[in-house]
Amino acid sequence: MSKKGKLAIYWAASCGGCEIAVLGIDEKILDVAGAFDIVFWPVAIDAKVRSIEKMADKSIDLCLFNGAVRTSEQEYMARLLRNKSKVLVAFGSCAHEGCIPGLANAYSREQIFQTAYHDTPSTDNPDGVRPQTTTEVPEGTIHLPVFYDTVKTLAQTVDVDYYLPGCPPEPERIWDALVAILENKLPPPGSVIGAETTVCDECPRTRSEKKIKEFKRTWEIIPDPEICLLDQGLVCCGIATRAGCGALCPTVGSPCIGCYGPNTGVEDFGARMITALASVIDSEDPDEIDRIISEGIPDPIGTFYRFSLANSQMRRSALPSNGAHAKQAVETG
Amino acid sequence: MPEEQFEPKIIAFLCNWCSYRAADLAGTARMKYQPNIRMIRVMCSGRVDPAFVLKALSFGADGVMIAGCHPGECHYIDQNYKTMRRFTMLRHTLRAMGVEDERVRLQWASAAEGTVLAAAINEMVNQVRALGPLNWTDQWKESFNVEEAVLALEHEHAEAMEVPV
Repeated sequence: MSKKGKLAIYWAASCGGCEIAVLGIDEKILDVAGAFDIVFWPVAIDAKVRSIEKMADKSIDLCLFNGAVRTSEQEYMARLLRNKSKVLVAFGSCAHEGCIPGLANAYSREQIFQTAYHDTPSTDNPDGVRPQTTTEVPEGTIHLPVFYDTVKTLAQTVDVDYYLPGCPPEPERIWDALVAILENKLPPPGSVIGAETTVCDECPRTRSEKKIKEFKRTWEIIPDPEICLLDQGLVCCGIATRAGCGALCPTVGSPCIGCYGPNTGVEDFGARMITALASVIDSEDPDEIDRIISEGIPDPIGTFYRFSLANSQMRRSALPSNGAHAKQAVETG
Repeated sequence: MPEEQFEPKIIAFLCNWCSYRAADLAGTARMKYQPNIRMIRVMCSGRVDPAFVLKALSFGADGVMIAGCHPGECHYIDQNYKTMRRFTMLRHTLRAMGVEDERVRLQWASAAEGTVLAAAINEMVNQVRALGPLNWTDQWKESFNVEEAVLALEHEHAEAMEVPV
């Protein structure tokens, strides 16, 4: 084996699950350590940002970047690691399409701060203290990063070479991707490393032509173990979601929520879900259709964009401060 | 000088068999309607992927109209019923995103209904003009100087993380 490559793994706005997923490849992590020198991985090794800053550009061979970008510090790290890395991989759903942190795009910074620092029952904040970007202390001025109104994906921040979808990516897919990188058998830059079919293709349930009179929530029925969940009225996102997980959730009776992101060719996850779901509603009466939809899908953003709001065509809900939109946003809550 | 009136840009997807012909009829009959509409002919209103509408709105359109044959009269049997359901679901979603209902409109217009289509266009243009510009990409802008904030970190690191030898 020739000279070892350099590997960096970083997290931005994420839950840490992607880091665990990397360890999910089990003892193969030793092969990774055999092939790469890990130069930066805050969760596992003690390395300093400053030492990355001092490295020559493009001196890291591979950077797996998980997490979305929602603060100036995360944007800084995304830019830094982009400059220092030959191959930058958006690792996991947050970096790929915003994921759960991206759902914050249904609100503004002000609304989030109001909830987090004032309104939650567990908050004890009599002085109404909020994080400030600059604070004077006797030793000088200290800074905190700026919190954005809108969560961005990694690709909305810097150029990304590859995407590894999933919340989190399945260990087998991570290993496949690492092997592809090590053997230099990568797809064209800009590709999603993964399957090009949907979760439905991996799902063992029996599908028939669907006709639905109402959408059901998961707690309303105990689903039949053999029949397609969508046939039974559950909003299952398998139809729009990229395969790769082995249809874990629908196999055990829980509808797909779309964590593996849009399949190839799906430009907007929610739009594809709307297209597919509207086709199966069994009604031609406008009032009945309206009722089926408004009662069956009380939270369209959470249903259709649970993992992809930041990467959707619209990217976010209207900011309440934005004049014309303010009234409606308040009315709809 | 009078204040300049906001002129909305509205994208309209018209089905080939009814609504586009209605627009043709409106033209040959020399009916006037407001010139704020950009028409795109599609084979069927059922061809309009909700992604087209979202793309139009996020790329600068102030409103989107989808027009097709009356329910029960679709050239492709029942596709416009799918349009009806899709549109309802799309508007439900856009409402949650804070986009006003008047910015998206589903209009049935048969090939004989040039007047209906022209009237619908006029009504929609007036409604959207009253709402004002959508300018959706403005929603993505931060209220502070992002470049400044990011560069500040670089300077700070250089200052704080260097241990004097």
